[in-house]
Amino acid sequence: MSGDFVNLLADLKEDEVIALTKKRIDSGEDPMKILDDSRAGMAVVGKRFADGEYFLPELVFSGELLKQITELVKPHLSDTATSAKKLGKVVIGTVAGDIHDIGLNIVDFMLDVNGFEVTNLGVDVPVEKFIQAMKDTQAPILGLSGFLTPAFDAMKETVEALEKAGMRKGIKIMIGGGQMDDEVRKYAKADAFGKDAMAAVALAKQWIGAS
Amino acid sequence: MAREWAELSPEEKRAERFKQWLSPPGVKFSSPEAEKLYKERVTRFTRALTLEEPDRVPCILPVSNYPAYYAGYDLKTVMYDYDKLAEAWLKFLHDFDADTYIPPALVPPGRALEAVDYKLYKWPGHGIAGDTTSYQCVESEWMKPDEYDTLIEDPSDFWLRTYLPRIFGELKGFGQLMSLRTFEEIATMSFFPFGLPDVQAGLKALMKAGEETLKWLGVVGAVSAQGTAAGFPGVMSGLAKAPFDTLGDTLRGTQGIMMDMFQRPDKLHEAMNRIAPLAIRTAVASVAPGAAPLIMMPLHKGADGFMSDKQYRTFYWPSLKRVIMAMVDEGILPILFAEGSYNKRLDIIKELPRGAAAWYFDQTDIFKAKEVLGDTACIMGNVPTSLMMTGTPAEVKEHCKKLIEGCGKGGGYVLAGGANIDRGNPDNLRAMMAAAKEYGVYK
Repeated sequence: MSGDFVNLLADLKEDEVIALTKKRIDSGEDPMKILDDSRAGMAVVGKRFADGEYFLPELVFSGELLKQITELVKPHLSDTATSAKKLGKVVIGTVAGDIHDIGLNIVDFMLDVNGFEVTNLGVDVPVEKFIQAMKDTQAPILGLSGFLTPAFDAMKETVEALEKAGMRKGIKIMIGGGQMDDEVRKYAKADAFGKDAMAAVALAKQWIGAS
Repeated sequence: MAREWAELSPEEKRAERFKQWLSPPGVKFSSPEAEKLYKERVTRFTRALTLEEPDRVPCILPVSNYPAYYAGYDLKTVMYDYDKLAEAWLKFLHDFDADTYIPPALVPPGRALEAVDYKLYKWPGHGIAGDTTSYQCVESEWMKPDEYDTLIEDPSDFWLRTYLPRIFGELKGFGQLMSLRTFEEIATMSFFPFGLPDVQAGLKALMKAGEETLKWLGVVGAVSAQGTAAGFPGVMSGLAKAPFDTLGDTLRGTQGIMMDMFQRPDKLHEAMNRIAPLAIRTAVASVAPGAAPLIMMPLHKGADGFMSDKQYRTFYWPSLKRVIMAMVDEGILPILFAEGSYNKRLDIIKELPRGAAAWYFDQTDIFKAKEVLGDTACIMGNVPTSLMMTGTPAEVKEHCKKLIEGCGKGGGYVLAGGANIDRGNPDNLRAMMAAAKEYGVYK
């Protein structure tokens, strides 16, 4: 049953996978098992995205299916349910003065399905908020997103603020999005530029030594 | 004109429009020299855009809000102070050698946006920090998934009573209006909502926004006229969008439209078919006699990575192509600005007839594009935004040289940027223009 479930979710069969979710709940199955299968299905979606078989619409739609499944399962979860072990922590956000989040959310999705614990700070994130989040999470990796040209300076200011706070040394920083490239990476003094979400995953894995 | 406009073929319409652009009625040039240069520049663009060899590669400097910063102001200041807006843009006009001039028509009047409490955009001091160099669109589900039928049945009614109240805080009362399509003989039910306080507040807000915009328009018009009189043609008379982007950018949002591709594809197609003729009508109407017969189409959600080849061919391209070809039939040449990259779309987009449109590339591999499209469309762009903002003049010039050498062969290339810049070294802009003059001459 769980093999079918994983495939139905990965193939984005909305009606079928929701029907099967209800059936599994009704049969009294451990809801954690359903969530584990959902995670496996999402991992297949992520892989197909990385392979160029799936694109943004499929990511968006699979996210919606996962939401529906989770809502069905939630009332049946016990309080002791624990989440799966994660590879490592990553903080991401779109820098100050920029409110774009399409790329940011793809990176969030791909890091998540690849086993990272992602703290997504959203858009137009002030420098202080990045610093606070790095302190709170103790994450070794920071991803800065930006779409437009104001992000060039905002990224630079964010990196410099981390230097000033004496935190830069322990943190690896990647940048990406819209008009970003390796020139901007140099300008902002980040450690790496990634051209897409797959690059973000590869960099994160490399930096925590999991590749 | 000897014959009625409607009787002319698309080719004749285009020829007539380009002829008028070359000799615009009612324009007084500031000197015979300015007129001569104007004609040279228009001819340069016309030949490049229609795939003939011009005297040299034309250049469009990639500036949007740059003149504001160059003059020592910022975007926020010039959105609110129209004298400073004019001063900054005229300073830029006089300080830079160029082939074209972009008036400040895309710097909207801040007080007009405030008067109606505009929610679709954030601008410096309104939703984003005052020193931000650009305004930005707020993506949201402004149209709900179950509203497709309302939109399709009567876009104007949807606009007035559903959409406007959402994107303009001050027009929220318009949701109380009765539909204005009832053909009521003795208008009573249609009238009473106009007596309601919220509706009246909305009307007053609109009047205020209108007055403010008129003031602004006077300034922008005067600046624009000075640019033309000084011998610099405009190269963009209006904007149009792909129907998929209209729905995806400001109605359903990226998230919403991508769900619709799976959950209600028929409605999505129907809505795009409904929107296409409206986009066409607006675009065609925006080309005034004597103006450049060029419409800029910024393309967003069909870029590489946003969707598969199959999805592009199914959802994005058919209605876009329809809009493009309708403009071509009216003698207008659309400039298709492919934001992001379009490497995977080259095989599809080459199906447009020769010379129908021009492609303006941001990050696409432009040499590959020249190879695939070179015989059928003028290509433009590709000077990286990051280089313009952070590089040296020598690096900019060198990069432009490579672009000219790779794309200029046989005409059909315009040196231009990727995205536009708001700040950066002015000598980088001068280096770009110098490259066009030094390396772009056809012998």
